[in-house]
Amino acid sequence: MARTRDESSPLFAGNAAGTLRLIVYLALAVVLMVLDHRNGWLWRVRSVASVVVEPMYRLADLPGAGIRTLSVAFADRKLLTEQNQRLREDLLLANARLNRMASVAEQNLHLKELLDTRRSLGLKVQLARVVGVDLGAWQQRLVLNLGARDGVKPGQPVIDAHGVMGQVIDVLPTTSVVMLVTDPVHAIPVVVERSGLRTVAYGARDGSGLVLPNIPLSADVRPGDRLLTSGLGGRFPPGFPVGKVTAVTTDSTGMFRVARVRPAADIDRSEDVLLLHDQAEPDGPPAPAVPAGPPAALAPAPGASVAPAAAASAAIARTPPARPAASASLPSAAPAAAGSTR
Amino acid sequence: MNRQRLTSWWFAGTLLVALLFMLVPLPAVLEPFKPYWPALVLLYWALESEGRVSLGLAFLLGLGIDLFDGVLLGEQALRLCALVFIVLRFRSRLRFFTMGQQMLAVLALLLNDRILLLLVRLLSGAPMPPASWWFAPFTGAALWPFLFLLLDDLRMRLRLQ
Repeated sequence: MARTRDESSPLFAGNAAGTLRLIVYLALAVVLMVLDHRNGWLWRVRSVASVVVEPMYRLADLPGAGIRTLSVAFADRKLLTEQNQRLREDLLLANARLNRMASVAEQNLHLKELLDTRRSLGLKVQLARVVGVDLGAWQQRLVLNLGARDGVKPGQPVIDAHGVMGQVIDVLPTTSVVMLVTDPVHAIPVVVERSGLRTVAYGARDGSGLVLPNIPLSADVRPGDRLLTSGLGGRFPPGFPVGKVTAVTTDSTGMFRVARVRPAADIDRSEDVLLLHDQAEPDGPPAPAVPAGPPAALAPAPGASVAPAAAASAAIARTPPARPAASASLPSAAPAAAGSTR
Repeated sequence: MNRQRLTSWWFAGTLLVALLFMLVPLPAVLEPFKPYWPALVLLYWALESEGRVSLGLAFLLGLGIDLFDGVLLGEQALRLCALVFIVLRFRSRLRFFTMGQQMLAVLALLLNDRILLLLVRLLSGAPMPPASWWFAPFTGAALWPFLFLLLDDLRMRLRLQ
């Protein structure tokens, strides 16, 4: 390889061609980023390239999995026995509680039949394991080892033993990505267990947990209050623990109170999570009875007026730019919107 | 010819391992200290192997890495392009630096990279990262001599160019 011109590394002088090339590449990168920010291409490209992407994710998971296996292999026998004993006690306790709940559940069912609501207490879940992949610093995302082939769909809620973790946002053939409830672009409709106040919990901007940014000054929220999913919006089923209020302060304008919430789920420690399979039915009054009248074929298209309300009731903005619109309309519009999606 | 092909494989292999290192999660305590591995390896090759690393390669590699670990498509392409451009511009001088000076240069490059990333993130609407976010360039610079010597030693042993 004979060197004709030492163009690639001039000692002192810069060359215009290199700078021009840099500018072209930088501009290209910026254009790509803007387009991706608007349209969310990255995940479409990623799912096309899943043949390469998924094996790399699995490969990156190997060290973590190896350490877990080793820690089990070299764990103290006594420790394991103790753990086993504790788990057995927990199971016994849980079973006992379940048995007591069974009669209550049956009673609940009867009452619901009387009230003619169809909400069921049954859960269809799928156990998934968290794949240890670092998706970049300060991203509130998880990768699960189940994907489209296992029937995972975007929007499915993900819970662990203690509460709601988040929801599936992107699905590859054998892996899927979960957006955690602590992500700043995530919003979840909640209800304060003690007072019944309905509001929306957002991921904190600094990734430290959740916040309730707009509680009326007169509303009854105290530190220690437990938050449950309210089921409004139809994304998360009602009644799952979301978190506990740790502090309540007045916001900078003095018009609202802001509560900081610690998530109930073990966000950064869970290894096994549950994927809820049946999406929650939207809460609200039953659909109005079909009025007798001219045949349906003559009626104007019904979807036109329902679509905006359904969009507003989605509990989450998929892309960051769409978020302000959703967050602005959600707290007040959610009850009405949820009712109208029926 | 065969040796040249082997060198190419070795080059691709080191970059792949760097990508894997980037994807492997660390315990939460160590997470902020994780260096930007692909940048370090690319830096080594840009310094040591003439004509192998170009702006186009850095761009394509960045796009590839974005597929695995990126918030936006093109983010790492931008960062790696800027990094490689500076290194290629000052390559002849950087090669004559002592290890200490090289470490400082690497630190400056990685800090510059973080600033670029910060700009991209802030423009895309992400919140300001915590102070621990700035630790990574320092670990990168601290690891540089070891990485450099290891890769150089392996290259000499395999008698690659």
